[in-house]
Order: sequence, then structure tokens, then C-alpha cells
Amino acid sequence: MEKYYGWGLPIDISTQGPEIDRLIYVVHGLMAALFIGWFAYLVIALIRFRQRPGHAAVYQLNHFKAPTYIEVAVALFEVLLLVGFSFPVLNHVRNVFPDPAKALQVRIVAEQFVWNVHYPGDDGIFGKTNIHLISGTNPVGLDSSDPAAKDDIVMINQFHVPVHKPVIVQLSSKDVIHSFSIPVMRVKQDVIPGQTIPVWFEATKTGNFEIACAQLCGLGHYRMRGFFTVETEDQFHSWLNSMKPPEPAPANVPTAPAMPVASPTPASSGGVTG
Amino acid sequence: MSHDDHSEKLPFWRKYIFSLDHKVIGVQYAVTGLLFLLFGFSLMMLIRWQLAYPGKPMPFLGQFFHPKTMIGGIMLPEFYNQLGAMHGTIMVFLGVVPLAVGGFGNYVVPLQIGAPDMAFPKLNMMSYWSYFLGGVVMFSSFFLPEGSAQSGWTSYAPLSVIASSGQTWWLFGMVLLITSSLLGSANFITTIVQLRADGLSFFRLPFFVWAQFVTSFLLLLAFPPLEAAGVLQLMDRLAGTSFFLPSGLVVAGRVLERSGGGNPLLWQHLFWFLAHPEVYVLILPAMGIVAEVLATNTRKPIYGYKAMVYSVIFLGFMSFIVWAHHMFLTGMGTKMSAFFQITTMIISIPSIVILTALALSLWGGSIRFNTPTLFAIAFLPMFGIGGLTGLPLGLAASDIHLHDTYYVIGHFHYVVAPGTLFALFAGVYHWYPKVTGRKMSEFLGKLHFWPSLVFINCVFMPMFLMGLAGVSRRLWDPTQYAHAQAVQPLNVFISFSAWFLGLAQIPFILNFFGSLLWGKKVDRNPWEATTLEWSALSPPPHGNFNHPPVVYRGPYEYSVPGQKHDFWPQDMKEKN
Repeated sequence: MEKYYGWGLPIDISTQGPEIDRLIYVVHGLMAALFIGWFAYLVIALIRFRQRPGHAAVYQLNHFKAPTYIEVAVALFEVLLLVGFSFPVLNHVRNVFPDPAKALQVRIVAEQFVWNVHYPGDDGIFGKTNIHLISGTNPVGLDSSDPAAKDDIVMINQFHVPVHKPVIVQLSSKDVIHSFSIPVMRVKQDVIPGQTIPVWFEATKTGNFEIACAQLCGLGHYRMRGFFTVETEDQFHSWLNSMKPPEPAPANVPTAPAMPVASPTPASSGGVTG
Repeated sequence: MSHDDHSEKLPFWRKYIFSLDHKVIGVQYAVTGLLFLLFGFSLMMLIRWQLAYPGKPMPFLGQFFHPKTMIGGIMLPEFYNQLGAMHGTIMVFLGVVPLAVGGFGNYVVPLQIGAPDMAFPKLNMMSYWSYFLGGVVMFSSFFLPEGSAQSGWTSYAPLSVIASSGQTWWLFGMVLLITSSLLGSANFITTIVQLRADGLSFFRLPFFVWAQFVTSFLLLLAFPPLEAAGVLQLMDRLAGTSFFLPSGLVVAGRVLERSGGGNPLLWQHLFWFLAHPEVYVLILPAMGIVAEVLATNTRKPIYGYKAMVYSVIFLGFMSFIVWAHHMFLTGMGTKMSAFFQITTMIISIPSIVILTALALSLWGGSIRFNTPTLFAIAFLPMFGIGGLTGLPLGLAASDIHLHDTYYVIGHFHYVVAPGTLFALFAGVYHWYPKVTGRKMSEFLGKLHFWPSLVFINCVFMPMFLMGLAGVSRRLWDPTQYAHAQAVQPLNVFISFSAWFLGLAQIPFILNFFGSLLWGKKVDRNPWEATTLEWSALSPPPHGNFNHPPVVYRGPYEYSVPGQKHDFWPQDMKEKN
């Protein structure tokens, strides 16, 4: 089996990963060059100017030209890193989203300490959700009275995507701040309650990988691990079909619509204003 | 300024406990700060057991812990999170800042500017006792039924708002600590502006005084937003407000009964608006100490003194407009992140200027390799690594992969631990003779320095590899993840290095206390230095100087041609 992880960057299986990795390598090259040059200077200076009999310090020294040149060079290199690498890469990752019609759309709702993965199903439309419908069997609060919700699929900690197809993930959180991280995809995005933040990526290889939580979210932060599976388009669709809810509506339907209609609590009115 | 001519006759508690003398307060600050550094370091050594051997019972020590923290010696996740949050809080707010600013600043600044005391001695005493109370609150929060704060030293909302009662104590403690810093900074600014000796113009100030001057402005301007934010978070916790809570939160399957409408990112902005300048509060006094120690022990003037002064002022201004680089992944737009990336790259320039000037100061010198100099020299490459590894984090694109990983931990620890702390050790060895009238042991000093240098690198260098591998921070059990499992041997290596680093501090502790009794007695100026503190007696009496000193020249007139001695004190009128 191919080695995914080691002492350094993990394997990259995304289309945007190479750009990010290239920047990491270029920056580390600059860092190494500066550090080695600087360290060499330090060693030479410490040996040459150590206190010893017959050696005295010099009061006035000629002004050094080299440091100025090196500082200007470093500043120019930083401009290059910004303009040549960081700005375009970030623009590509954050602003140039794939065509939603051609991409797989998924909602991921984070909570302590689970990733709820919500697929819109065959109709491509996410069913309505309501926080008052959230229960053990309905983790995202899907409103089963909405026709669009009938074919929706909600998975816990199981995130499957097809290879070579752009994926757009709408990230939100029920409770605290989490951070959605897939190291092999070079994807990381804070998940902020009260906001929905989209990220996108495209996988280039199949395999079984993992989603990590990168932001301290409580006692179970360490085990907020999701399974991230990249498979062929066919495998993906047969998996998705096998996960479809059975035709008769789920058992919790009768209780579900009653709750929000009955008596709006102060919290629910707040929920509307927000 | 109240001047008590009968200070020698004051009762013990007025002279050493509730003292108004800047030197006593400085020593109080420094000793309390050092004790908290040791305590914060011990918390980390406990954490390192869990990280090296997750879920395994801690040998021997484990049995002494309360079952709410460890069961059968196995550390619980809640205790792990408490240790993590309190390690950060204690090291930054109760250890490094009190030692660097409260300790060295209080003791050295009035002496270096030729003043008899700080401008407001009572404010100074209040500053220490407010800090002390803050420390008591923080420390005692471990003994609360639910333990101390456990939402990280950053205390991000909403997690911190819904956290257990330790967080409330953390916020009260922070309010006290911030108050202490504000009182201290107002005092420093007034003292440096008003109480400089005759002839001591701003460009004759030792670089250390400049560093403390800029640091005070950072504290004065950056802490109030966090104090306000702390009060808002207290309101969210105690009064049911929702400053940092959005609408529609569902916690543990239940809808949170709150009005909502707040924003969790508001806390992050207010927090980092302090916490980034805070990084420079930690580093500027360290740079100041290194400048003093290097000038004295290279026997030549600091290279580019004026460029360093301008850089430190510029650094102070810039440090207020880089804060959101801690928040690149919060979903901010690319235009906003472009702004903060640019300011972050710009702020690296004055840092490089200062570091380069310090390194070039070695050239042409006659370097004494005593303990303070070794620590000061080691500061240069160590802080250099810390600064350089800030680059990939300051570029938002590479930050995507490295954000919130061990790379970040390695980066800021290189700045603060082998960077700032090494400089602070240099300061302790350098000014100890002034404070006590005795030198610390060179042998024990070197026994402290060399193992510390080796092990501290063994602790933090592997963290860069772990960060590149994508390992998240603050994981109770990193082996849960396959990508973290791959670097788990590094965790074991780091833990052993950390424990050996702990052992390497024993010579320092012995030296620090033992030299009070057995250290070699010294005169006023054991290092043959030029700045004003060395003109006072060792230790200086109440009021510091026999006569108000008059300053005739800049701070670093070493090896001036045509002089008999290789140092020319600032207050010496004739040739030396």
C-alpha cells in the first residue's frame, strides 16, 4: 500500500495541494538559505572575535553594506512570495469556485465531537432543517415535511466523495468553533457557529483518509475524527444508493412537525431574528 | 515621588513585603515570575507524559493526583485541557511578562536612567499586588470542583462561554493581571519621560530602556480591548448576554436558551488585538537585555544603535495592525487577508534589522564567553528560527496546511522559550551581581546553559515535522489519527527531551539561591560596563545614587581609542 503519512508533508491527493506545497517548499528554501548563511556568520564571528591575549575590540567599524543588500533582497523575496505565490493560490482556493452544477454539493454540520455529512440526494436540493427537530436520529434537524428532504442522506463521520469531481462543502457548526481539516487534501477551514462557510476541493486519487478537527472544541476534540473516502464515480453512487433512507418515512416523523408549531420558546424566536 | 529618608528603619513588612522601592518590587516580580515559570513548565511536563504515552498510567506521580484529574494515574481529557490552557496563560501572563517587564523593567530602568525610584511608587506597589492576586486566582482555580479554565489560553467563544466555572475564575484573574500591566505601563512611560538624569537625552538611553518604553505603550494601548472583551465574556457567562453567541446554538443535542445575535469572531478580534502586540511585549525586553549583555561582553558599541531604536518604534506601531493573521482560516475575504499578509511581511523587516544589528555587534569585538553572554548569543539563532518559521504561517496560502498544527507551537515557542527565556536568563546572570552584590557561579551557569540549549532544540525542532505532517494542536490522544500516529515516535522523543530540559534547570535553581550565600562578592561594576546602573552600589541603597548622576555620552562607549580602560561610563566626566 502507498504510504500516506510520514515525518513531513502527507501525501497530496488534491488539485490545489501542489500549489500550496510548492509555496511551503519555496519558503523553507529561503528560510534554510538565510539561516545557514546567518549561522555561518555567527560561527565565524564567535571564533574570530573571541577574547584572548593580544586581541582587542575595535571601537569604530566601517559601515557594512552587505546587511542592507541582504535586507532589501529579503524584502523583495517576501514581495515575490506574496504576489507570486500566496495571493494567487489563495485567490484560486477561496474565490474561484467550481461550477455548482458540475460539482458535488455537501453540507457538513460540525458538533461536539462529530462531523454530520448531509448529502442532498438525487434531487440535488438540501431539505429544510430546523434546530428544534434535532435529535439522536436526526442530527441535522432535517424537516421531513419538506419534499426536498425525502431523498436526503445524513451520515455521521462518513464523508465519501468521487475522484476527479469538484466538491463544494458548506460548513456550519451547531455549538462551538471547530476546524475542518483534511491533511491529504490541504484543506482546512474554521467552522464558525452562526456562519456557513463554503470550501471546495477536487480529489485526484482514491483511498481512505481522515478528517481531523484542528480547533480545540472541548473534551472530545482529540477524537473528532471523520472518515474521508475517495472512490470512483460508480463506487460513490452505489454507496450513496445503499445509504438511502428506506421508502416509508423514518419513524420519528409524527413527533417531528409538532414541536416547532406548538409553542415557540424564547430561544426559537431568537433563532428567527438571527 | 515620596522619599523616605528613614527607609532603613521601616518594619520588615513595609520594607520587603509592601515595599514602595522599585528594587524590592522588581525582585518580588522577578521571583514570583520565575516561580510561575517553573510551575507552568511543570504543567507542561505532565502534559508530555500523556502525549508520549496516551492513556497510560503515569508512573509514581500519577497516584498523588485527585481522581477528578487522573484516574489510576491516567490523565483525564478535562485535566489535559486544563493543563494546556493554564500552561499558556501562566507562561505568558504570570511568567514571562512579569519577569521581563515587572522584574527587569522595575529593577533596571530607574537605575539605567539615573532615577531614585519610579515616578509613582505606590502605583508600582499596587501593580505588583494586583498581579499577585491575579496569580492567586489563576493558581487556585485548579482546586475548583470542576477544575481550572480548559478552553485554551485563547479562550475562544462559544466554547469558553459554555465551559465550566474555571473559565469565570480565569476571566477574573485576567482582569487583575491586565490592571496590573496597565498600572505598570503608565508608570514606566512617566518615569522614562520625566525622571531621566541630566544629560540623558533619548538617544543616549540604553537600548533596554527603549525596549521597555515601547513595550509600555503596547501594554497601555493593547490591553484595554482585552479587558473589555474579558468583561463581555463574563457577562455572557454570568448575566446571560450573547455578545459572543450567535443565534440557534444546539449544545449536546439541546437548543441553548439564549437570545443569540452575537458573534464568536468578535472575541477573536479583541483577543488578538491584544495578543499580537503581546508577542512583542514578550520579545522587546528580551532584545533589550541581549543588547545590554552583548555590548558589555563584546567590549564595543552596539552596531546600528539608531537603526535599532527606529526599528523598535516602527515595530511597536506595526504590531497593532497584524493581529488578524491569527485568523486567516476564519473565512475572511481574500482582500482582508491580503492586507494582513502584507503587514505581516512588513513587520518582519524591523525584526530582521534588530536581529542583524545584534549579530553584527559581535564583529570586531572581544567576546567574553561568560554565562550571560552564552545565553545572549544563543538568543540570536534561536529567535532567528522563531522568526523565520513565522513566514510560512504569515502567508495565508501555506497557513492553510500549517494553521493550528504543531508547526505553530514550534514557531512561537522558538520565539518565546529559547528566544525570550534565554534572554531573560542572560539578564538574570547579568544583573544578579547588581541586585545581590554577588556573582552567580560560572560553572553552574554553564552546566545550566549547554544542556538547556541542546534539549530545548530537541523539544521544539521535531514539532516542525509534526506540523508539516498535519498534526493538530491540543489533542489529548494524538494516536487517534493515522497521520499523527506516523509521527508518534517524535512525541516520545520530545517528551524525554522536555524532562531532561527540566533536569537542566536544577543547576540554575541551585545557583540562584546558593549564590546568595556563596557567590563571589563584587564591587559596583563587576562587568566593567558603561550604563548608569553600574555606577550605583551593589546592591543599590534606597534612592539608588549618592548624588544625582549627570550623563555625558551615549550608552555603549566601549574600547574608545585613546582611553586607558576599555569602558567609559556614561556619567564619567573625565577620561577613563
